[in-house]
Amino acid sequence: MEENKVELVTVTIDGHQVEVEAGTTIMQAARKIGPEVAPPAMCYYKPLEGTGGKCRACLVKVAQGSTRDPRPMPKLIASCITQVQDGMVIENFTSPEVIEARKGVVEFLLINHPLDCPVCDQAGECHLQDFSFNHGVGTTRYEEERRTFEKEDLGDKIQLHMTRCILCYRCVKTADQITDKRVHGVMNRGDHAEISTYIEKAIDNDFSGNMIDVCPVGALTDKTYRFKNRVWFSKPYDAHRDCDKCCGKVHLWYRGEEVIRVTGRKNMWGEVEDFICNTCRFDKKESSDWTIEGPTKVSRHSVISANKYRADLISKPEFALKVAESQYKQINDDRPFLKELPEIKKSEDYQGLMKQNKDYFRK
Amino acid sequence: MAEITKILTEHIDKPGIETFKVYRENGGYNAVEKALKEMTSDAIVEEVKKAGVRGRGGAGFPMGMKWSFLAKPEGVPRYLVCNADESEPGTFKDHYLMKSIPHLLIEGMIVSSFALGANKGFIYVRGELMYVIRILENAIEEAKAAGFLGKNILGTGYDLELVVQPGGGAYICGEETALLESLEGKRGNPRNKPPFPAVKGLYQCPTVVNNVESIANTPWIVMNGGDKYASFGVGRSTGTKLISASGHINKPGVYEIPLGISVREFMESDEYCGGIRHGHQLKALVAGGSSVPILPAHLVYETAEGNERLMTYESLSDGGFASGTMLGSGGFIVMDETTCIVRNTWNFSRFYAHESCGQCSPCREGTGWMTKVLERIENGKGSMSDIDLLVDVAKKIEGNTICPLGDAAAWPVASAIRHFRDEFEWHITNPTEATKPGAIYRGEPILA
Repeated sequence: MEENKVELVTVTIDGHQVEVEAGTTIMQAARKIGPEVAPPAMCYYKPLEGTGGKCRACLVKVAQGSTRDPRPMPKLIASCITQVQDGMVIENFTSPEVIEARKGVVEFLLINHPLDCPVCDQAGECHLQDFSFNHGVGTTRYEEERRTFEKEDLGDKIQLHMTRCILCYRCVKTADQITDKRVHGVMNRGDHAEISTYIEKAIDNDFSGNMIDVCPVGALTDKTYRFKNRVWFSKPYDAHRDCDKCCGKVHLWYRGEEVIRVTGRKNMWGEVEDFICNTCRFDKKESSDWTIEGPTKVSRHSVISANKYRADLISKPEFALKVAESQYKQINDDRPFLKELPEIKKSEDYQGLMKQNKDYFRK
Repeated sequence: MAEITKILTEHIDKPGIETFKVYRENGGYNAVEKALKEMTSDAIVEEVKKAGVRGRGGAGFPMGMKWSFLAKPEGVPRYLVCNADESEPGTFKDHYLMKSIPHLLIEGMIVSSFALGANKGFIYVRGELMYVIRILENAIEEAKAAGFLGKNILGTGYDLELVVQPGGGAYICGEETALLESLEGKRGNPRNKPPFPAVKGLYQCPTVVNNVESIANTPWIVMNGGDKYASFGVGRSTGTKLISASGHINKPGVYEIPLGISVREFMESDEYCGGIRHGHQLKALVAGGSSVPILPAHLVYETAEGNERLMTYESLSDGGFASGTMLGSGGFIVMDETTCIVRNTWNFSRFYAHESCGQCSPCREGTGWMTKVLERIENGKGSMSDIDLLVDVAKKIEGNTICPLGDAAAWPVASAIRHFRDEFEWHITNPTEATKPGAIYRGEPILA
């Protein structure tokens, strides 16, 4: 056997040790350990080159740079683009600093987000929903008007809701890397920056539909699927067909007997395994077009696994109180209720109530 | 101070200095001759290291050290890029230098490129300064005609081509990696670091990016030696620095000072600012361009520990951000008691919100948010919790962004609240009075 030339390095993330190849990013090392230590990612997308570093959701603390140079790094760093060093010690969910910074990122991403989840097609498989639920606080301190944009049609199949966009640049990279002539990019600066095709020129390409799959929020949606269904009412099946343009491996989303949507196959991190062509995505919506492999295994990560948000909500007893707190604050800062809050939290009644709730949902 | 030597502005007032002829008569381009004919490139790097010049663009990173980080793989071109995208509010020194004595920069570019082994150099000038771009291009033509640029300079076999590139009018392109992106013809978004430009810069080749003033120092260092240069200044702040003084002083303008004179001397002596305008008193000082923390009057001349504050990198930052600031790019903005700090902070904040590239979320959303809250306070619609909100938002932007623009947006807000909290509170508790035209808070903290 030939000598294995790949150098292995050892890193510690939240107390879990893992051996990875040199040159791996912290994010990939953490994902190797498992979802319990993997930092959230809103802009990073492994199949696309050059993504990452923008949303700052994956910030981690480096408590020890490496064995050679054990100094901690002065700032939090983006784990998706930083390579591991041998002996690196990383704090993710165990660092209060990181948790605080992430709360900030959630808040920043949400201040200009319309929060129109009830009418958004992405709701239920939205990374921003997951991210804000898992890492944010239940309230906002933003009182000003949110920025809005007009809806735009990118061709006859894709709708752009710029208002919902979090500027992750994934779709820009998709257009850049899997289409020949890119006419799609970012215009303007700052919080008025927007994704657009040059003078609203339609994206005309066989693989343009993948922009819908990579979009973490509901900014790019499938016009053939708009307002037809909520994600959690449909059932995904693995299926494939012989396609001369792409791999032909997809998820078919069924509602009853009807195929209502076709998407690329996604792994547990929400990243597509292979990009699919527009013919497979938009034109093949009959069961007879496909060879069905069987139902897709739904991970706990997905909202269509039962009670994902409810159960968590109850196990976070402070969540509801925080909501109440914020609503009172808006009316009057001096409400006696607010002053009594810490006392209320300590009271037996409150504790008992919370316990009851918990037990109920555990059943 | 002893006799004051001017390194950059010695000949700047001579009539016709912008032409090659007059510049050459005043000893110009001697450094090119000396460097190319008598010195090796490593020797020049060594002299610059000895001189201890710190980057004059704002961050103050030692220039010689930056040069020594430059990767030198075989067969890959290296580039020198001059950052002339001076857009920091309150800073106008590079503009003055380039328009008055353009050949100084060209000479510095030749010497520095030779030291780094670069055969192509770029000068990225902010797009608003079209006339300066013409002056520089003219100077390059003159230097070329005299044999100081182009192929086989002075018969030494060294080739150098200089290109002047106008920017598109974005503050963010003064950040070195955004500048490189822009130079490559892309959208000016800062890159993630590492890799640093010294390893992968322009067109993925090793690149050094230096400020105009830093590069303009190199001819003098070549002629007089690094030790002589380091003899000016105090400690690690060596040489001289151009300060763009503006605001409520008697003599606004660009001054070259030896680093190490006291802030009081700079502010009050007739040679420099000439004191606060008559009948008024100092309220606050922004010492290094709008990005640095603002200082209240009682911390301007003395540090929190009671030492005299000097115009050096170290002394200005004494006390950290609690009671210090930074020398930055040398944009010295003086404010007297007629200045409303809230309005001023809002104005700075608006600038950063407008100039944020929109790439990373804390800066994109946070700068806009802070601006809106400040606008509300200024217009008498703020509430007490807004002050803590601003502090918290600033804290969540700071250090969590790709490039330093996020820090630059957060520091002025955080420091203004730290030092002038009562003024913010006054705006909130007295909305009717505060929103009257010309209403200024004249409370306790105005000292000195």
